[in-house]
This record gives sequence, C-alpha cells and structure tokens, in this order.
Amino acid sequence: MTVITRTPGGTRHKTGAARVRSAAAGTGYHLFSGVLAAIFLLPILWAVLNSVKPAAEANSNPPTLFPHSFSLENYQKLATYGAGLGTYLWNSIALSVLVVVGTVIITVLAGYGFARFQFRGKSLLFGTTLLILMVPYATILIPLFIVLGRLGLTNSVFGLALVLIMFQLPFGVFLMRNSFESIPRELEEAALVDGCGPFGALRYVSLRLVMPGVVTVALFSFIASWNEFLGPLIFLSDGSQYTLPIMLVNLSIGQYGAVDYGAIQAGVVITIVPVLLLYLFLQRFYVSGLVNGALRG
Amino acid sequence: MTTTPTVRDAGTPARTLDRRTPRRSSLTARPAVGLLFVAPLAIIVAILFLVPLGVLLFMSTQNWPLLGGPTPNGLGNYAEIPSNALFVGAITFTLIYTILTTILIFGISFVLVAVSNSSRRGAKFYRTTFFLPYVVGTASAALIWLAAVNDRNGVANFLLERLGFTDGPWGFLNTGGQALFTTLTLVVWKFIGFQVIVLLVGLQAIPNELYEAARMDGATTMQRLRYITLPYLRPTLALLLILSITGSLLAFDQFQVLTHGGPDNSTITLVLAIYNTAFAQFDLGKAAALSVVLLLALVLLNGVQLFLLRDKDDR
Repeated sequence: MTVITRTPGGTRHKTGAARVRSAAAGTGYHLFSGVLAAIFLLPILWAVLNSVKPAAEANSNPPTLFPHSFSLENYQKLATYGAGLGTYLWNSIALSVLVVVGTVIITVLAGYGFARFQFRGKSLLFGTTLLILMVPYATILIPLFIVLGRLGLTNSVFGLALVLIMFQLPFGVFLMRNSFESIPRELEEAALVDGCGPFGALRYVSLRLVMPGVVTVALFSFIASWNEFLGPLIFLSDGSQYTLPIMLVNLSIGQYGAVDYGAIQAGVVITIVPVLLLYLFLQRFYVSGLVNGALRG
Repeated sequence: MTTTPTVRDAGTPARTLDRRTPRRSSLTARPAVGLLFVAPLAIIVAILFLVPLGVLLFMSTQNWPLLGGPTPNGLGNYAEIPSNALFVGAITFTLIYTILTTILIFGISFVLVAVSNSSRRGAKFYRTTFFLPYVVGTASAALIWLAAVNDRNGVANFLLERLGFTDGPWGFLNTGGQALFTTLTLVVWKFIGFQVIVLLVGLQAIPNELYEAARMDGATTMQRLRYITLPYLRPTLALLLILSITGSLLAFDQFQVLTHGGPDNSTITLVLAIYNTAFAQFDLGKAAALSVVLLLALVLLNGVQLFLLRDKDDR
C-alpha cells in the first residue's frame, strides 16, 4: 500500500509522524469500507455457496455457512421442475434477444431519422416518445393487456417483447439521436455522392461510428428484459412460456412441491451471473449510459 | 477516418457552407425518407403507447369485468377510491414506504459516496461492489432475501441466534412492520448503487479550482461543502429525489415476491393493488381509475422535476 496520497498544497515527502498517522487513517478507511463492501457482496456470495451444496445440506436446519461438500444436485433438481430449466432458460434468452434486436433496429433508424432529416411532426413524435418515460407501464399494463389481446399477442413472447421494446424506446432514441448528431454528416454525404442511398450511408458509413451508443442501448435493453418480472407475469399465462424469474418465483411459493431453497438459489445464480458478467466487462458503456440517460434525459 | 475531398468537391462546389447550413444538405432535403426512418418508432408508439393510454382513460369510466364488455359508469370508479379499503391502505402504505426508502437511500448513499470518492487505492473496487446489486434483477434479489430470512433454515435467523440477539427465528416477515423492515433492507441493497454512481459523476463535474481557491481563502471543510459542493450538486440531488420517489411509488416486484402484500394485506403497494384488482378480482374499471390517479401523481412529480432542474441551464 502506498501511503503517499494526494496532499494538495502540502509536501509529497512526509515526516515520520505524518506517515504513521496517514497509515493509521488508511487502515481505518479500509476496515470501514471493507465491512461495507462485504455487506454488499455477501448476499450474492451466499446464494452462490448455497447453490453448490448438496440438496440436503442446502435445506438443512441449522444451515451451514460454507459448503461441507460440493455438489451440482441443486442445479440438476432445477432441471426437472415444471417444464424444465432448459425451457425457461430458452424463453428468457428468446425474450431478451428479441427485445435487444428490436430495440437496436428501431432506435438506430429513428435516431438517424431524427438527427439527419427534417419532416413534419418531428418534434411531436420525439416528444411523445420521451413521454413514455413519464408513464411507467405498471400504470398502463391493463389497457396494454386488452390491446395485445385484440392483436392476438397475449400469451406470446413476441407480444411481450414488443411491450418491453416500447419501454426501452425513450432512452434508446434519445441516446442514438445524440450519437448521430455528434458525428459529422460530411461522411454520409460523401457516400451519397458515391451512389449510396440514405440507408446505405447509414449502414456502411455511420453505423460503425455510433457503435458505442448501440452497445449501450443493447446492454440496457438486455439487462432490463432479462430481469423483467411484472411483464411476463401478466402477459404470459401458459406455464411453458414462463421466463426464468417467473419460474423461480413459482418455485418459491411451492408451485412445484415443497419449497426447495437450494434449487431456488441455483436458479438465482443462473439468472444473475450473465448480467453480472456483462456489467463487469461492459462497465464503461453501462456507466456512460446511466449518466447520459439519468443526467440529461 | 478521413473523407474523400475530391469526390465531394466534384459533387457540390459550395460544400464549405454545409457545416453552418445543415438544412440545405442532400440528406435533409428529402423529408419523405426521414419519415421512413422513424416509421417503426411511430407505429410502436402509436399502437402500444397512445392507444393504451386512451383505452386506460376510457376504461376508468366504465364497469369492466375482465371477461365481458364495458358498461358506462361515469366517474363512479374514481368516487369509490376513498371508500375502497384496499386502495386507501395501498396508498397509505406506498407513501410510508416511499418516504422511508428515500430517507434511507439518501442518508446511506452519502456515506458510500464518501468512501468511493476517496483517492485511496481500492476506492474503485468499493465503488464497483456498491453498484453490483443494481444489475441484479429485483425478483432475483427478493428470492435471495426470501431464502435468507425463511423460518426453517434462513441464514439471517441463524446468525441472529448465534450472536445471541434472538431465541429462535426472528420472523422477518411475520408482522407488517417486520415485513416492511426486511423489504427496506433489500431495496437499499439493491438500488443504492445507482444513486452512488450518479452522485460521484456529479461530484466530478465540480471544477477543482473552486476548492483550491476556497482553501487558499481559509474555508473550512464544512464551508466548502456548504458553499461549493451542495450548490453544484443541487440539480443532481433534485433529480435523484424525484427518481427515488417515482421508483418507490411504482414498487411491485419486491413485495410480490417477498411479502405477497402480507401479512394481512399490510404491505400492499399501489401497483400491487392495481394488479390484484385487475387480475384477481377481474375489475378492470376500478383498477384503471387507480392507475390514472397514480399516473397523474407521476406526471405531477415529473413536472416538479422539470421545474427544479430549470436552474441547471440558468447557471
């Protein structure tokens, strides 16, 4: 550990006493912060540890803190509940992929349209899209249920994906419009002169320049749809179409027999590991998205 | 990447003006093409946002069982809200929950920001740790809590017993108060990272020269906080306050999974009440009326936010 910290206005070379004092402060800081960090990590760590205990140990009373033996039994049991883990996992993946692809396509096209073209009703459409932010779908889920019913899209992963896409639009359109506005249009015009259409100019010239924005939009829509709970709960009624979170909650209320905490925690681990990894690897995009969306949106 | 000036020059001679007069460019001259690009957005917004919004307003004035047609009911659904025990309970509980959550998250986030804004080694690690729970889904987080506090073999009960605080399971979800307490610990754990990150970004935007100048003038730490940090953070704090309030007013997942609104309907939130009225009691009209009330509250709060954030541009 380096003791020399930023001491604006002071000297960088410390006297012996100052060094001891600074080291003591450093230890205090790490003790305090370490306890805080542990509080934030322990629930996740505990779920992971429990998930790899043998089923009997994971459900034993009193509980064990650390696994006495390692086993994937909880994961195997999870595979047999309801329609089977594979089905729910596939439903979750299908939903998230649909939402990510749909959100990216719609917001890239619209962002480009808003940034580069003048047309009637432009600010009206942009304003209405941002208005979605003010109306969280918890408040319009009932009419949405009726509208989707008329379109024959209830109890369909596709219909649910459309709803989730709609709620990603304000953030995505806003971000993509700003992304396109921040790159020079001369590049596209050169492409137009070279014989590209406006779509070709977008596809071959500008798209690669707004890739950071696309990654951010994709990341946010993936995490939101992967974690989504209320939407699938309302719009899917057929058990074989449930996503992972719905299946796990059903497990927790004893829908498939006695409540099996080991299996639940195995399911939680499967659900949270992909988003944790995505976050850790794409942290840069995630934080820039949060800041752009929250502070300027 | 570079442009190809030769081609550009050959195409349009007055190219140098383009940067200043974007409207004249070859792209923007075609409004029909622009409409084509925003068409998918327009269709989704119209069908899945504007139409349902209209249906919601209409529905709130109807008697509408889930399986069956609507019959007009005027403002009857709204008039019944004050005498509906479920709704009144839900409104009261949601307000209490919102106030407690906001106070807790604000208080604790300042401590976490102080820790993660340090220039010490490791501060970045702590920052990441505080933020990790934010990407965990609310339902998953609630399931972790559910397993941790269960009466049979929950680790929280085990630790309390071992440390000598309780004799037997504490009953984390047994009374309304206990269930609220347990949910609050979950919510703070899950959502506080967002607030910490946004506050950190807000802090970093404050010019360092201000602090240095203040220090030269002999300002104390408290004075620097009072006269530099707080005024600069005001818009950020206003935004976080509104986000915390609106988010709490819409709480659903954590209560549906962890408490199921119980015990004895003591932890039913507004959205939970709407959900139950529509999909358990099949009364769409009443649920829609309550949705409209919630919607108006949210629009009002967002209006307040716009008003508070106005200063941001004036500065």
